[in-house]
Amino acid sequence: MKRLSIRLLRPALACLLLVVASAFAAPAATPLPKDSVYQLPLPLTDQHGKTWDWRSHRGQPQVVAMFYTSCQYMCPLIVDSGKAVQHALTPAERAKLGIMLISMDPKRDTPTALMGIATKRKLDPAHWSLASPRADDVRGVAGVLGVRYRQLADGEFNHTSALLLLDRDGRIVARTEQVGSVVDPEFIQAVHRVVAQR
Amino acid sequence: MRRFTALLLFVLPVAGLCAGDAAWVKVPGGSFRSALKYEDGGIAKIAKFEMQKRPVTNAEFLTFVQAHPQWRRDRVATVFADERYLSQWPSSTRLADEAQAAQPVVDVSWFAAQGYCQAQGARLPTWREWEYVAAADETRRDARKDPAWRERILGWYARPSSGPLPRAGLQAPDAYGVQDVHGLVWEWTDDFSSLLVSGDNRVQGDADKMKFCGAGALSMDDRENYAVLMRVAMLSSLEARDTTNSLGFRCARDLP
Repeated sequence: MKRLSIRLLRPALACLLLVVASAFAAPAATPLPKDSVYQLPLPLTDQHGKTWDWRSHRGQPQVVAMFYTSCQYMCPLIVDSGKAVQHALTPAERAKLGIMLISMDPKRDTPTALMGIATKRKLDPAHWSLASPRADDVRGVAGVLGVRYRQLADGEFNHTSALLLLDRDGRIVARTEQVGSVVDPEFIQAVHRVVAQR
Repeated sequence: MRRFTALLLFVLPVAGLCAGDAAWVKVPGGSFRSALKYEDGGIAKIAKFEMQKRPVTNAEFLTFVQAHPQWRRDRVATVFADERYLSQWPSSTRLADEAQAAQPVVDVSWFAAQGYCQAQGARLPTWREWEYVAAADETRRDARKDPAWRERILGWYARPSSGPLPRAGLQAPDAYGVQDVHGLVWEWTDDFSSLLVSGDNRVQGDADKMKFCGAGALSMDDRENYAVLMRVAMLSSLEARDTTNSLGFRCARDLP
């Protein structure tokens, strides 16, 4: 009898949870600004093999860059940049910032390959998402982020490198092409401002 | 009988004008030497594909916008199109007149062009596909070495672009049966943002390596080919949301 009542209650509980959850997710219910990069639907598969749309990161400021794991030269510097940004923040600020590295090489950047970099570079999964779009979506995300790339015959890429700062609604509020362990101080200032926004 | 033929001659072009979509032209595959110097080899294998016979017109694009209102100029997300998007139309859902309806659509962003082609179950042509088709004149698939061909294209670039655009599909088809590749509007390619071109060959040192991740920018293998050079210069200067009043598009699709 007891079991039955729980079973009966379960849908009601689920419903209640949904209501509570949607109340907390209130900002997501407001329409996206027209200049938000989240206007582009973008399913991503991350280092844990989980697939989610990048819009699920709405509500938390993000540092975003494009990369690929087999890249020898520039991409380690992109990881360095993300770490340098984190390093410049207080622990409280750091907790409010996500870092999203989006692959331009989804064919080779499987969850295993992405996890390989995350482990090697000791990237805290609480803050860092390394993720691959679907092959057909790479041009589009590069388009909204202003990244240019070309795949070479040997599978490597020519690409421009940029670090972008998105506010909680996905608007690009800062951009730097200076990558590596020394990040443009103006970019860091913008990060301080964005994580302070309520 | 003669009267009937005359009637047919009158009706046919009108029927062509009223048909919603541009016809598709089959382009056979082949190997092709690009005018661009790719560090990973200049000769490309082009797989057979289909291309729209002429650029997409305003009328066709209006039909798309009506079916997909998120692409109306008053509703479009500004990440996908700049403030000039479709600004040549008198309103977001109306064209000026029949002349405008038959003109190629311009002031469209890469995102909008891509959205249109996707809605047709197609895609934008790749740069290599475009260059492959653009090498042809009316009789030859590769007329690029002919100085007269080059002169003619240069002549188009020299003409001022202030007047109204002619109708799409007026020019003689090239050797593939494709029209208006030159002489009407410039066109988006799917991979326009792969054109990492440095304007000057001399700047291929370390500074460039920083910008382009361990490899140099593209440079021109054939500096006499102004037609290609100018397209590359233009496309490589654009962002995906940009629009210009001389840039349109047409769609392509794979062939099994």
